[in-house]
Amino acid sequence: MMKLWFKSGAPWIWLNAAAVSVCLIMVVGVLGLIVARGIGHFWPGQVIQFTYQDEGQVKTIIGEHVDSSITPAAMAKSSGITMADTEETLVQYLVKTGNRDVTGGDFRWIQERQIKSQEAPANLVVVERREWGNFYGELAAVKENGQVIASGQEAWVVLQSKIAGVLALYHDIAHLEKKEVGAINYALEQLRLEQKSLQLKNRWDDSQEKRLNDKKAALDVDYKQYQAQLAALYQQIRRDSLVAKTQDGAEVEISLSKVVRVYQPNTMSFFDKAVHYGAKLFEFLTDDPREANTEGGIFPAIFGTVMMVMMMSVIVTPFGVVAAVYLREYAKQGFTTRLIRIAVNNLAGVPSIVYGVFGLGFFVYILGGNIDRLFYPESAPAPVFGTPGLLWASITLALLTLPVVIVSTEEGLARIPKAIREGSLALGATKLETLWRTVLPMASPAMMTGLILAVARAAGEVAPLMLVGVVKLAPTLPLDGNYPFLHLDRKFMHLGFHIYDVGFQSPNVEAARPLVYATSLLLVLVIIGLNLAAILIRNHLREKYRALEG
Amino acid sequence: MTAQHTPTHAIDMSSVLQGRTTHDEQTEVCIKVENLQLFYGQKQALHSINMEMPKKKVTAYIGPSGCGKSTLLRCINRMNDLVDNVTIEGQILLDNENIYDKSVNVAALRRRVGMVFQKPNPFPKSIFENVCYGLRIQGINDKRILEETVENALRGAALWDEVKDRLHDNALGLSGGQQQRLVIARAIAIEPEVLLLDEPASALDPISTLKIEELINELKEKYTIVIVTHNMQQAARVSDYTAFMYMGELIEMGATSQLFTKPVKKQTEDYITGRYG
Repeated sequence: MMKLWFKSGAPWIWLNAAAVSVCLIMVVGVLGLIVARGIGHFWPGQVIQFTYQDEGQVKTIIGEHVDSSITPAAMAKSSGITMADTEETLVQYLVKTGNRDVTGGDFRWIQERQIKSQEAPANLVVVERREWGNFYGELAAVKENGQVIASGQEAWVVLQSKIAGVLALYHDIAHLEKKEVGAINYALEQLRLEQKSLQLKNRWDDSQEKRLNDKKAALDVDYKQYQAQLAALYQQIRRDSLVAKTQDGAEVEISLSKVVRVYQPNTMSFFDKAVHYGAKLFEFLTDDPREANTEGGIFPAIFGTVMMVMMMSVIVTPFGVVAAVYLREYAKQGFTTRLIRIAVNNLAGVPSIVYGVFGLGFFVYILGGNIDRLFYPESAPAPVFGTPGLLWASITLALLTLPVVIVSTEEGLARIPKAIREGSLALGATKLETLWRTVLPMASPAMMTGLILAVARAAGEVAPLMLVGVVKLAPTLPLDGNYPFLHLDRKFMHLGFHIYDVGFQSPNVEAARPLVYATSLLLVLVIIGLNLAAILIRNHLREKYRALEG
Repeated sequence: MTAQHTPTHAIDMSSVLQGRTTHDEQTEVCIKVENLQLFYGQKQALHSINMEMPKKKVTAYIGPSGCGKSTLLRCINRMNDLVDNVTIEGQILLDNENIYDKSVNVAALRRRVGMVFQKPNPFPKSIFENVCYGLRIQGINDKRILEETVENALRGAALWDEVKDRLHDNALGLSGGQQQRLVIARAIAIEPEVLLLDEPASALDPISTLKIEELINELKEKYTIVIVTHNMQQAARVSDYTAFMYMGELIEMGATSQLFTKPVKKQTEDYITGRYG
């Protein structure tokens, strides 16, 4: 009976189905975890006032209940906590108390058995600050030029109206500093380089000096004007501040210029929270990071990732296609081509960090160093291309993904029916014309398949990038308004590296953990988006060049 | 190898042509095959073929599968050049020029000698772009010329009325018979002198086959046509001359009416009467 069952092949089918199920469960599980943890981060939690007894004293702490942990009694005892014999486990709450400037840390563990009461008073405020993380406490007063203008109930209303104005000011300042002053700085740097370049070429004379000095003077005038504007704005923004009470009753004064937003989570309706969530999410997607990347947004990382993948695609596609066309269409098939194919396939198996090392050694130091020596002598000793940057990262990843593109393009070329080529040749087309007008367009879906695989691999790659261009915090995007707009020499931020950095290199791991999930989710989404775009293009091409069936 | 076969299988074309004096006295030779030998690696596929194909006539190659008739046909536009390891000896004269001469531009030759394959092989482009493919290769992009040529070619291939309203649809949406006529239109759009048809109807249904045969009858007024077929009735219906090949050798060639009624060689008779093949 059993034998018959085995013979029927049913166990084999079950085994296959089980393998598929396990894979699916794992994928769904990972994605589910990331989504669940990542999505919840921006939802404002209740701020709870815990009253608890510790060593005979009654204390209060204010914060968000983030996590709980259950420790067996024996383990708790061994770490020096006195446990009664009746207690089997020790339950601890992780509370995000914020106020790093006052207490020295953002998080506190408290033991559940010591808690006397938990309340959620309506008047508790959360102040999201540009420095020192969140503040939790009670709003006491609002000050203008150091004078209290509102206190108690009234303070909240006044604060609301002030905050909007201050945020607008902050926005203006950021725009001025980054855009206008940034452009002037960039122009001044270019002038300095021009001067040095002329001096190196021995063409520096009075007329040149006068010309450059005139330009500099013009820029200085602009700069002074912006400085004056900035000074005025700064004075305005520094005028207002708020005073708040911490859990211990201490009063803290916070300048409004340092405030991102203020809210009272315990009084917020579901709709309010949804609006808050949307604003936070928008900030996350579009803003620069703050506080060692643990707060704020990750826009530069998204931008860097997408930019790098696109650059890589632009480099790898022509190279891979040309190589595949030569191997498949022109090279005489034999020992040499077989050897080359084996080498290409093996390239795909080389660990990516090796590519990173190669990229650093060859592209950055040798190629980049020589480019600097030949074309940018005026920048020395500061390197331009002789240092990791977007260009080298893209080229290194292009090298890494080249085998996939070559292999799939070759397969695509091999699949074009002979009849089509002969049809074209019989009409008097040369081999090149046939390739260009018929074979390559028909093989384009296969090229796209290669590119999809390449993108999927490159977007998630971190190890080699750490050596050839990715940094923890890039002050400027590789694409901006200063000529020549695309700055291939600049270092950039990357979502994959950002996850590593925030999750494992951050001074404030607890605060950063939800961000790691959110960033992971975003990285997955970016990769899905890039792939989806490529897949759509491929399907379009497939439809267009639907090959002869049979 | 060469010496063995040359004398035995040479066919005196002049006698063949003279035997057909009933109509068309002025039969001018268009293609002349001289002592053609073809090897795939070590294996000889064609043995000393000598034949002449007259201008603006239909010549059919018949013979059992693997006898070399397609190979011979593909020599006429040098399609065999694409096959690895192929060696060709002897010569083929097209209007008295050896097409295997070193100075010959193969692409230009193929413009003069069009070819239609066994299976319809339209490009995955629109009907219009399929027909003007050859023109675009020649760098002709003038819209007016293209439109005119496409219409003429499609009319010439008896396809115009069926597709004139959907010229910009994908050619792969046509039926097999229409695709084959499209491929013929594509070939005649570049106005070749010779049209090679390699079993053009073998993948088609009887009605499409009939249409193709009618088309061949019309086309021979303008083009020299060489057709390979494994269907003897078809050869009898469409061709003026027929060549019977067997095992890479040309056994017999003559006017179709003569070859099918009074074959000279015993092998031909055996094949025609269905004793082998």
